[in-house]
Amino acid sequence: MAFRAMISSHATQQSKWVPSAGVARQMSSWFGHVEPAAKDPILGVTEAFLADPSPDKVNVGVGAYRDDNGKPVVLECVREAERRIAGNLNMEYLPMGGSSHMIEESLKLAYGEDSDFIKDKRIAAVQALSGTGACRLFADFQKRFLPDSQIYIPVPTWANHHNIWRDARVPQNTFHYYHAETKGLDFSSLMEDIKNAPNGSFFLLHACAHNPTGVDPSEEQWREISHLFKSKNHFPFFDMAYQGFASGDPERDAKAIRIFLDDGHLIGCAQSFAKNMGLYGQRAGCLSILCDNEMEAVAVKSQLQQLGRPMYSNPPVHGALIVSTILGDPELKKLWLQEVKGMADRIIGMRTTLRENLEKLGSPLSWEHITNQIGMFCYSGMSPEQVDRLTNEYHIYMTRNGRISMAGVTTGNVGYLANAIHEVTK
Amino acid sequence: MDEANMRVDRTSKSDSERRLSTLVRHLGASCSPSHTSISTERFENSKISLSPMAAFGSVFANVVQAPEDPILGVTVAYNKDPSPLKVNLGVGAYRTEEGKPLVLNVVKKAEQSLINDPSRFKEYLPITGLAEFNKLSAKLIFGADSPAIQENRVATVQCLSGTGSLRVGGEFLAKHYHERSIYIPVPTWGNHPKVFMMAGLKPMSYRYYDPSTRGLDFQGLVEDLNAAPEGSIVLLHACAHNPTGVDPTPEQWEQIRQLLRSRSLLPFFDSAYQGFASGSLDKDAHSVRLFVADGGELLMAQSYAKNMGLYGERVGALSIVCKSADVAGKVESQLKLVIRPMYSNPPLHGASIVATILRSPELYHEWTVELKAMADRIISMRQELFNALQAKGTPGDWSHIIKQIGMFTFTGLNKEQVAFMTREYHIYMTSDGRISMAGLNSKNLPQLADAIHAAVTTM
Repeated sequence: MAFRAMISSHATQQSKWVPSAGVARQMSSWFGHVEPAAKDPILGVTEAFLADPSPDKVNVGVGAYRDDNGKPVVLECVREAERRIAGNLNMEYLPMGGSSHMIEESLKLAYGEDSDFIKDKRIAAVQALSGTGACRLFADFQKRFLPDSQIYIPVPTWANHHNIWRDARVPQNTFHYYHAETKGLDFSSLMEDIKNAPNGSFFLLHACAHNPTGVDPSEEQWREISHLFKSKNHFPFFDMAYQGFASGDPERDAKAIRIFLDDGHLIGCAQSFAKNMGLYGQRAGCLSILCDNEMEAVAVKSQLQQLGRPMYSNPPVHGALIVSTILGDPELKKLWLQEVKGMADRIIGMRTTLRENLEKLGSPLSWEHITNQIGMFCYSGMSPEQVDRLTNEYHIYMTRNGRISMAGVTTGNVGYLANAIHEVTK
Repeated sequence: MDEANMRVDRTSKSDSERRLSTLVRHLGASCSPSHTSISTERFENSKISLSPMAAFGSVFANVVQAPEDPILGVTVAYNKDPSPLKVNLGVGAYRTEEGKPLVLNVVKKAEQSLINDPSRFKEYLPITGLAEFNKLSAKLIFGADSPAIQENRVATVQCLSGTGSLRVGGEFLAKHYHERSIYIPVPTWGNHPKVFMMAGLKPMSYRYYDPSTRGLDFQGLVEDLNAAPEGSIVLLHACAHNPTGVDPTPEQWEQIRQLLRSRSLLPFFDSAYQGFASGSLDKDAHSVRLFVADGGELLMAQSYAKNMGLYGERVGALSIVCKSADVAGKVESQLKLVIRPMYSNPPLHGASIVATILRSPELYHEWTVELKAMADRIISMRQELFNALQAKGTPGDWSHIIKQIGMFTFTGLNKEQVAFMTREYHIYMTSDGRISMAGLNSKNLPQLADAIHAAVTTM
C-alpha cells in the first residue's frame, strides 16, 4: 500500500545505529504473570451479540439509546452544534477545570436556571469525563480530604461504581435499595440503613432512573430520605446520568436534587451528557460540589483541578463545545428538549407495549414493574438461568441480572421479546 | 461532624468581588483567597430558607486553596499586562509567525469529512479506544515494519493525550509490576512526579541537565541509573526533552539502552514531540526504535497534542511492548481494568481525526509537510535568536539555543534575570529560565534579544 511504502521509505533514511551489544538480558517477560482480566459484564454482552449470526437476534443489553429501527441516533441539535463548531475554533487546551461555559450551563440544568447557589458562586464545579470521570474525581477528592470516610452504595447499582471507589481506595458499604419481591423500592430497609449508618456518612444516590433497576423513590419518599439525611448529617452524592431521559422533562428529573437543596443539604453531583444528549463517546460531564460560600467553592474547585491534572491534565474540548453550544442557544436548547422528550416518550411507549403484550399472552406473573420503573432499564426479575435461555434459545442479549435495556426494544421486536420472556418464565 | 459548627455565612457582593469572580469564571483558574475578601455577614435577602437543621457546615470547609499552577500563572500575568509589547514565552503550545494558535489544514479537512459523513455515530468507544487509531499510532512510533508489531507483541490503548497515557501506564505498573520506583530526569515536566505518585509509584530522580554546559550530564545520568535497584522503571523523554530541549546523541542513546538492559531497568518513554523536534517523524522516534529493536519490553506514552495541534482534544496512546503476543493480550485486558474506573472509555473526536489522517496517504503526507513547517519555524527562531545575541555581543556562550531541540529552550537565565525581563521588557516566561520558542516570531524576537542582553549585562 502507498502508506506502507511511504513509511518504509522514511525508515530507510534512519541512522546507521544498529543495536549490537546489550540485547535485553531478560529472557522472559516482566508481565508474564499477569492474569487475563475478567470481561466487563456489560460490554461483554454486546460483543456476544455482534458475534451472533442469527437474523432474529435482539440486543437489549446495551445502555445506549436506539430509535424504533434499532439504530443509534445522533440528535439534530448535536449535528447542528457540530456544524457550527467545526473549523471555527482552535483546539487549544481548556483550563484544568474545563470549559467554564459548559460548566455554567450544566449547573443551570442541575441546580435550576435561577438557582441562588449559582448566583452566590457557592458551587465548586469542574468539567469531567462524563459520569464515570465525575464520580472518580469525587472519589479521589473524598479520599484526599476525608481519608477516613467511606461510601454507601445502593444494592444493586451500576457495576462500575464499585470499581471507581475501589480504585480511589475509599472503603465501601452497601445499603438496601431494590426489593426483589415487589420489584420496587425496599423503602423501609433503605431508611433503616440510613438511620444505622454513622452520622456524617457518604451516600451514593441515583438522582433519577436508577441503574440497573429503573426503580426510583417517589417524591414523598425522597422528602423523607432527605429529612432523615439531615438529622444524620449524611453527605448526599448524586449520580445523575439520565436527566431528561427518565420522564422527558429535565426539571422533573432533577426533583430529588432540588428537594435536597431546599432542605439545605450541601450536595455533590455527577452529571453526564452521554445519554440525554447522545454524546456517549465524547465523554462530556460535570462534577459539582455545593459549598458554604464562594471562598470555599474556589478552594474546592482548585483542589478538584489538582486531581484532574495528574489524570489527564485538562478535559477534552469537543464534547464540551457541543454541550455549551446547545444549552447556550435558546433555539438549539428548545430543539434539544424536544428531542430528549422524544427519546423518553419512545421508551415509555415501549414499556407499555411490552407489558401489554406479556399480559395478552396470559403470563401468570405480574409485569406491572415494567411500567412502574423508569428510564432506560427495566429490572425484569428474571433469573440468570432464564436469561441464559433467552440468549441460547432466542438470541436475546441482556445482562444476566435480568436487566433489559428498553432502548433496545422496538415495535419491530417487542412482540418477539414478549413471547420469549413469556416462554422462559411461564 | 461537629454539630456546633453552625454556618450561616453568606457572601457579600462588592464590585471587586464580582469582577474577580468573572475573571475566575472566565479563566477557570484558581485565585488566591487574599483577592477575594469575602465578608461573612449574613445575607439579608436570602431566598434560601434553611430548615433549622440545615446548619451543619460543609464537610469540606477545611479544604485549602491549591497553589496556582506555575505555568498557568505565567499566562494569567501575561493577560493582565496592558503593554502592547508584551511577549508570552510561557505557553507550551505552537504559535504561528503572527502569534496565533494553529489548527492544521489537514485537521480541518479531517474534521469536515467526519461531519459530512452521516453514517458516523457518537457511541461509546471500547474501553481501549478506537482500534484503528491504536494500530496506526503504534505504527507511527515504532515503525510499520517493527518486529514487535509484526509479532503482535504490542498492547496499545487510546488514552487522554500524554498525561493520560502516563497515568494509565503508571497505574498498570503499580498493580502488576514488581518495582514501585520510577526514575525521573532532573529537571522534567512539572506534572510527571504528580502523575506517577497518584498512580501509586514512587518517583526517584536521576541527573540529566548540566547547568554549566547547558547540556546533558551524561556521566551523572549513567552513575544514577547504575545505582538504581534492578528492575526499577526509568522515564525517558523520547525526544525534545521538556523543559531543557537537551537530548542524548544517538551514541549516548545506545549507551543508555545497554545500561538499562544490562540492569533490567524498565524503560517508560514519554513521546510528546514526535516529528515536532527535528521535523522528521522517523528521526524523532529513533531512541524508541532502538530499544524495541533489541527485543526487550518497554512502555510508551504518545501524545498528538503538539504534532497534530490537537491539544484540547486529548488524544494519545499508551503502548506496552511485551515479550510475546500472549502476554500482550493479557496486559491489554488488565489495562481495561485501570481505565474503566477512571473514565470508562476515551473521547472519540480527536482519535477519529488522527485515524482519518494517518490512514490516508494524501492526508498523511500533507500532515508531514505541515509538521515540518512548524518544526522548521521553531528551528529558524532558534537560529535567529542566537544570531541576534551574537550580533549584540551578549556575554556568554549561547550556542545551547541552537543545540537544544524542540519547543523549549532552557536559557540558563536565573530567577532574578527572568523577573527583570518581565518587569522591564514585558517578557513572560517561567522562572526556571525556560522559554517557549513557539511564542517567538520575527516581530518580538528583537525585544527578547534586547531583554536577554540587558538582563545578562545589568544583573
